[in-house]
Amino acid sequence: MTQLDGIVKPKTKRSKRFLESRAPKLIEDVKNTMIMKGGNTSQIVTTALKDIYSLKKPNAVLYKKKNITRPFEDSTSLEFFSKKSDCSLFLFGSHNKKRPNNFIFGRMFDFHVLDMFELGIEKFISLSQIKTSKFPEGTKPMLIFAGEIFDTDNDYKRLKSLLIDFFRGPTVPAVRLAGLEHVLHFTTLEGKIYMRSYRCLLKKSGCRTPRIELEEIGPSFDFVMRRTHLASDDLYKLAHRQPKALKPKKKKNISHDVFGTSFGRVHMQKQDLSKLRTRKMKGLRKRKGEVVDEDQEPKVAKVES
Amino acid sequence: MLVFFPAPHVFHCEPTNMAACSVEELLAKAEQEEAEKLKSISVQKELDLEFDVGNLLACDKNRIETRDLREKKRNDFLRALARDNTQLLINEIWKLPTERVEEVIVAKLPEQTTRLPREKPPPKPKPPTKWEQFAKLKGIQKKKKTNLVWDETAKEWRRRWGYKRANDDTKDWLIEVPETADPNEDQFAKRNKAKKERVAKNELNRLRNIARAHKVKTPGEGLLPKAQQSKDELAKAVSVAKTSTASVGRFQDRLPKEKPPKNSGKKRKFEPLIGDFNSEKQKQLELLKIMGSKTPKLDITKAVNTQMREEDREEAAARRRKGAGGKGRKGNTAGRGKGKGPKGKGGKAGGGGGKRRGKPGKH
Repeated sequence: MTQLDGIVKPKTKRSKRFLESRAPKLIEDVKNTMIMKGGNTSQIVTTALKDIYSLKKPNAVLYKKKNITRPFEDSTSLEFFSKKSDCSLFLFGSHNKKRPNNFIFGRMFDFHVLDMFELGIEKFISLSQIKTSKFPEGTKPMLIFAGEIFDTDNDYKRLKSLLIDFFRGPTVPAVRLAGLEHVLHFTTLEGKIYMRSYRCLLKKSGCRTPRIELEEIGPSFDFVMRRTHLASDDLYKLAHRQPKALKPKKKKNISHDVFGTSFGRVHMQKQDLSKLRTRKMKGLRKRKGEVVDEDQEPKVAKVES
Repeated sequence: MLVFFPAPHVFHCEPTNMAACSVEELLAKAEQEEAEKLKSISVQKELDLEFDVGNLLACDKNRIETRDLREKKRNDFLRALARDNTQLLINEIWKLPTERVEEVIVAKLPEQTTRLPREKPPPKPKPPTKWEQFAKLKGIQKKKKTNLVWDETAKEWRRRWGYKRANDDTKDWLIEVPETADPNEDQFAKRNKAKKERVAKNELNRLRNIARAHKVKTPGEGLLPKAQQSKDELAKAVSVAKTSTASVGRFQDRLPKEKPPKNSGKKRKFEPLIGDFNSEKQKQLELLKIMGSKTPKLDITKAVNTQMREEDREEAAARRRKGAGGKGRKGNTAGRGKGKGPKGKGGKAGGGGGKRRGKPGKH
């Protein structure tokens, strides 16, 4: 592919398809995640990264090598990676004495860091430690956030948005009712975030809606919030901007009243009411050659008689 | 199918009508059964949850008691809380319209209500190409063409364009030499050359459309190779090539009969210091006359119009800057990212050059 001023012109159909898949689109596809390790990692961090990778397959890449960078100080290396692998979400795990068992959840906009949250793992139970049957990867999970802090505190609001972005799967128009198996439950209390992952068993109840029984499977985390790096309000608003083409088109000249009747509006040109034809009156029809003069006729009649 | 009554009715049991009493009993029993069934799926909460069914998301804003989260009972409490919340979410999902798709019952999800940031900025609409502009102007619609065309010579259906296309000019094995053509001319080569020129022209137009879309500057008239170039275009190309040296063409040799380029002198002319005294005197007197006269040199309306235009432009720029102030962060970082690219390359080249320079220094 020849490059000229940053514009790459594809020479083959395959490269053209590749570029099109990476170009910005009106309706975007699912976001990819890159999971990477820092300069030093502990056993807990590596197992935790692997577990999250298995939760997020196939929309994730797990890098095996260690990357000696500090995302909070210098994010250029992360941005470079995200550009190369076309991933807009990332998870960076590291371990040092000052910040043990550290997870950095982050997301990008236009390959530049938008938000980053540093969460420390206090307690971690991995997938392999809980011996139950698992469900196939790629199931869309149900997400539940508990705790009023998720709606009051600004940091937590952004964290909630990031966690939704991270863990929701691809956007689907319909979902198979029997396939709703995975539930991710996030609870906040006193600066701690508890993440639990359950398998949902649909039991028979008397009516159509089933009764739920939960079975704990999957990784369970006890996070504590450490540092954050939030995007400025302008950048955040810019990232949310939707293209105009996605807005539903309003139908003009149609209105509804309280009772549900729909009214339409018809615009017409100005009518000359004098030329308006109402009913046919044969006597008043204009005949060829004759001048209808209503004043003269009776006079004529009088004279004659 | 049993009917569910919203509230218990109080029936007045008439002593004479035994059937009425038994009906009342039946209804009460039915009510009880329904309530029991619903008990299994109903959950009591202080505040209702907020649902975003499009995302399979539920938010619980109820208060969580701190004592419930003590170490030993924590997991059980969380599990019970999760079960309740999941039950409510499932109740919501089961209210959605369902349809059957290939023996599987599927619920149609509504639009997502949570707004999440995009991955990349929305795509900018591409400017129409030269042909698209012309077609819009003339009202030409795109006609859907078939993929295959009947090839008479090969007696089969062939592609309209591409590999082994129908009616391919260059693939004729016999070409009659027309009467007006030179007998020594190679007709096959002529056809091949014509095709190559058409391909090159198409490629040029495609690149020009891309350049127009990306607002990239292209070389001007006459500087791109063409089949037939006019005398002016050739002259311009020659002069541009001549001045594209380090000393701006001052030491370039000229051909014996080549004329110096016209219109290449200074764009502004100044009078010599000691020249025609009379004309200088006249000029100065005229200047004094204009300065002394009362008529305003300034055209008021023109000045006012220019001022208004300036103000409009400033306002527009300020508005753009305010919008760019929000975009400025993105713009800045984008600039930074782009700036790093060439700088990095320059740095590497500089480092490589430095290394090479170091070695002879050692000796």
